[in-house]
Amino acid sequence: MTVALFLEQILNGLQLGVMLFLMAAGLTLIFGVMGLINLAHGSLFMVGGFVCAAVAAWTGSFWIGLVASLAAAAALGALVEIIVIRRLYDRDHLDQVLATFALVLMFSEGVRFVFGSFPLYLDPPAFLSGPVTLPGGMLYPAYRLAIIIAGLAVAAGLGLLISRTRLGMQIRAGEADREMIAALGVDIRFLYTVVFALGAALAGFAGALIGAIQSVQIGMGEPVLILAFVVIVIGGIGSIRGALVAALIVGLVDTLGRFLLPTLLANVMEASAARGVGSAIASMLIYLLMAVVLVFKPKGLFPANA
Amino acid sequence: MTEPVLELSGLSKSFGALKVTDAVDLDLRPGEIHALIGPNGAGKSSLIKLVAGELAADAGSIRFDGREISDLDQIERARLGLTRTFQVSSLIPEFSARGNVMFAAQARRKSIFGFFRQVSRDRELIDEAMEALDRVGLSGRAAVRVSELSHGEKRLLEIAMALAMRPRIFLMDEPMAGLGQEGSAKLIGFLDKLRTQAPILLIEHDMDAVFQLADRISVLVSGKIIARGTADEIRNHPEVRTAYLGEDAA
Amino acid sequence: MPEFVTEHRLNILLALILLGGPLVAHFADEPFLVTLATRATILALAGVGLNIALGLGGLVSFGHAAFFGVGGYAVGILASHHQTYEPLMTSPFVINGTNQMLVLWLVAVLVSGLAALVIGALSLRTSGVYFIMITLAFAQMIYYFAISWPAYGGEDGLSIYVRNAFPGLNTLRPLDFFLLCYAVLIVVLLAQWKMTGARFGMALQAVRQNEGRVAALGLSPYRIKLAAFVISGMVTGLAGALYADLNRFVSPTMMSWHLSGEIMVFIILGGVARLFGPVVGACLFVLFEHAFGSVTEHWQFFLGAALLAVVLFARGGFIGLVAGRVRHD
Ligand SMILES: Nc1ncnc2c1ncn2[C@@H]1O[C@H](COP(=O)(O)OP(=O)(O)OP(=O)(O)O)[C@@H](O)[C@H]1O
Ligand SMILES: [Mg+2]
Repeated sequence: MTVALFLEQILNGLQLGVMLFLMAAGLTLIFGVMGLINLAHGSLFMVGGFVCAAVAAWTGSFWIGLVASLAAAAALGALVEIIVIRRLYDRDHLDQVLATFALVLMFSEGVRFVFGSFPLYLDPPAFLSGPVTLPGGMLYPAYRLAIIIAGLAVAAGLGLLISRTRLGMQIRAGEADREMIAALGVDIRFLYTVVFALGAALAGFAGALIGAIQSVQIGMGEPVLILAFVVIVIGGIGSIRGALVAALIVGLVDTLGRFLLPTLLANVMEASAARGVGSAIASMLIYLLMAVVLVFKPKGLFPANA
Repeated sequence: MTEPVLELSGLSKSFGALKVTDAVDLDLRPGEIHALIGPNGAGKSSLIKLVAGELAADAGSIRFDGREISDLDQIERARLGLTRTFQVSSLIPEFSARGNVMFAAQARRKSIFGFFRQVSRDRELIDEAMEALDRVGLSGRAAVRVSELSHGEKRLLEIAMALAMRPRIFLMDEPMAGLGQEGSAKLIGFLDKLRTQAPILLIEHDMDAVFQLADRISVLVSGKIIARGTADEIRNHPEVRTAYLGEDAA
Repeated sequence: MPEFVTEHRLNILLALILLGGPLVAHFADEPFLVTLATRATILALAGVGLNIALGLGGLVSFGHAAFFGVGGYAVGILASHHQTYEPLMTSPFVINGTNQMLVLWLVAVLVSGLAALVIGALSLRTSGVYFIMITLAFAQMIYYFAISWPAYGGEDGLSIYVRNAFPGLNTLRPLDFFLLCYAVLIVVLLAQWKMTGARFGMALQAVRQNEGRVAALGLSPYRIKLAAFVISGMVTGLAGALYADLNRFVSPTMMSWHLSGEIMVFIILGGVARLFGPVVGACLFVLFEHAFGSVTEHWQFFLGAALLAVVLFARGGFIGLVAGRVRHD
C-alpha cells in the first residue's frame, strides 16, 4: 500500500462526505425549521441526477444541465411543499413518514414513467474530465476534486446565508421558536416553502454532481438518504455544523474502512476470507460508529439547543 | 423527637444563570404536613422535581429514611415510596378514571410482565382502585375516560393515584388548584386525615388551606427559604409579609 | 354508524373472510389465489408484529424489515445446511441444519428477538425522529451485511429447494401451507389481544400516552418499550420465517427499507393500533398489487397516491372508517 493510494482514498472519503453533507444539510434544515422528517429528500436527489443527465445530453452542456437540475429540484420542492408537505407540519412523525414514503413511491415511478427504466449516463465537463496532478506528484480525477471544492464552497455559502442574511435570521428564529417568528410578522408559509425549496435544491445539486461519477438511476437517492440520516444522528439533528463534521467523518470512515479493512484482516487470516469478512464489516462500520455515538452522546456530537 | 423521613440539605439547582433552588434545607417528619409557599416562579415545583428525581440537583443532599438518595433516578425513588402529584394533571388520557388508579396500583406492585390475566378481571387492582376513588369521592365516575373528566375531577384523580401508590411520603404540587370552594374544603378535610398515613410536603397557593393544615410552613422566594415556622409565626413574620403576603393582602 | 358494527364483530368477520376466500379458491381449483392469500396472511403477521411496537407503544420503527429478514435468513440458513448435510458449526458443539418448521420458527423467533434487543436497546435511548432514523439505519446495516457476506448467497440470496416440513401436513400443498400460516396468525392475534388487556398491555399503552407519568409511578418506560420492541421483532421475525418457506427463497430484499415502509403501510391502511388493522392492510395491499400490477407496471405510483390520500384524509384507516373511532375497551 502506497502513501499515494492512501491519500487518494482520503480524497474519495472527503468527496463522499461532501455529498452527504449536501443531503444532510437540507434534511436537518427542514427538520430544524419545520419539524418535518422528509423521506422524499432522496427523490429530489434522484430528480437532480435525471434532469442534469437529460438536459446535458440534450443541450450538450453539463453546465446547462447542472443549472436545470438545480432549478428543477427547487421548483419541484416548492411545488411538493405547497401541495403536500405543508399539510404535514402539524401531524405526528408517523404521518410524516408515511406521507413522504408515499411521495418516494410516486417519484420513483414517475421518473421511471418519464425517463424509462434504463440508467442514464452523464459526462463531466471536458476541462474536468482528466486527472490533475496534486502537490507531491499524485494524480487525482479533476472532477472529484471539483466536487469537494464545490461542496465545501456550498457549505461556506450556507453558513454565510444562515449567519449573515435576513433569510438566515428568519431561519434561526424559526428554529428557536415557531410562534415567535410568526409574531415577528414573517410570512411563515412563504418561509417554509423557501426553506424546503432550498433543501431540495441542495439535494438536486448533489444528485447532479454525483451523476457524472455513477450512473443515474431510479432509487439512486435512497442509500444516500439513509446515509444522510446516519450523518444527522451523529452530528445532532438541526445542526448544520454538526452535519458538516459528521458528513466528513462518515465519508472518511466508510471509504477508508472499505479500503483498509480487507488489507488489515489479511494479516490475520487467509486473503479471500479477509476480503469477504473485511467488506462485510466495512459495510457496517458507519452504523457501528453511529451506535457508539448513541451510547455516549444520544443527542449527537453537536446537539442543537432546541 | 422522631427522625425526619425526608431531609434536604444545601440543595441547589440552576437553569443557566437562574438559581431556582438556592441551598435549601428542609425536612419532613412522620405525621406532619409541611407546607411550602412562595410567589409564582419561586421554585416550588422545581424543588419537588428535585426531590422526586425528575431533575438532577447541582449540589446538596437528599436523605430519605436516613439514606442518601441523590444518586437514584426518578424511577428508583418512586419505588422507595416518594410519590408526587402534578401541578398540571398528568394522567393517562385514554384510560378510564379507574384504569388510571388501577395502573398506579399495578405500578406499586412493580408489575410489568403480565401477559395473560386481563386487568379487567383483576380483582385486587380493581378493589384497590375503587377504594382509592371512593376516598376522594370519584367512585361514581370510575368508568369515565380521563379525557371526559372535568378539571376538578382530574385533580382528585391525581390524588387517588397517589393513594393507590401507598407511598411513604406525599409530594403534592398545588392539589387545590382549580377545585373551587367546596372542593377545596373537602380536600382540606381529607388531607388533614391523610397525614397520619404518610407525611405530606404540600405546595399550595390557597392560604386558608395552608394555615388550616400545615404543622410547619416554609416560605420560598427566588429559590431561597426566607422563613419557617408555624402558621401563626408565618402570618406575623415581617419579611414574609413584605416579600410575599404583603402583595396578596393588599 | 350502525350500532352492531363493533370492532369485535368486524374482526371475527374479517377472520372468516380471510379463511373462506382461500378455501373457495382451493375448491375452485385456483391454487394461485390460495398462494396469494398466504402471502397476504404472512405480510399481515409482519404487520401485527410492528403494530405491537407502533400501535400500542407508539414506537415508530422504520426498521422492521430487518427482523423480517433475520427470521427469513434463520430459516434459509438452517434449511440450506439440512440440504447439504453440513453442520452449521462443529465446535464447541455441533449444530446441524433442520427442515422442521417448529424448530426453524423457534430459532427464527429467538434470533430476531435478539436482533430486536440489540437494536432496541440502542435506538430506545432516543425518541421521535431520532428513533425513526436510527431504526432505519440499523436495518440498512443488516441489509448491507447480508449483501456483502458471501457465505449465504450474498446479494443473490439463498434458495430453499424443498419447503420445510410440519408434522401431519403436506406443506407443499398450497392449502395446507395457507392453513398453517393462518393458524399462526390467529394464534398470534389472540395472544396480542390478551396481552393488550393484561398488565403489560396497560403499561405499554400508558407509556405511549404519558411516559413521564409512568416513570413517576416507578415503572421504567425504557424497559417497557424495550420488551415491546423485542416481542414486536419476534413476531415480525416469525413472519419472515414463514415468508422464506412461502417463496422457498430468502434474499437481502427482504430487509430493504421499502419493505419496512410497506409493513408500516399495512398498519395505516387498516388502522393504527387496531387488532386487525395490519390484517386488513396487508390484504388490501396484496389485492391492490395484484389488481393494479396486472394493469400497469407503474402500480406503485398509484399505491403511493392511495397511501398519501389515506394519510391526509382517512387517518383511521379501513377499520376506523367502518367501526368508527371507538376503541375496544
Ligand atoms: N426546565 C427549565 N428550564 C429553565 N427554566 C426553568 C425550567 N423549569 C422551571 N424554570 C424556571 O424556574 C423558575 C421556577 O419555576 P417553578 O415551576 O419551580 O416555580 P413555582 O414556584 O412552582 O411557580 P408556580 O407557583 O407558578 O407554580 C421559573 O422562573 C421557571 O420559569
Ligand atoms: Mg409550580
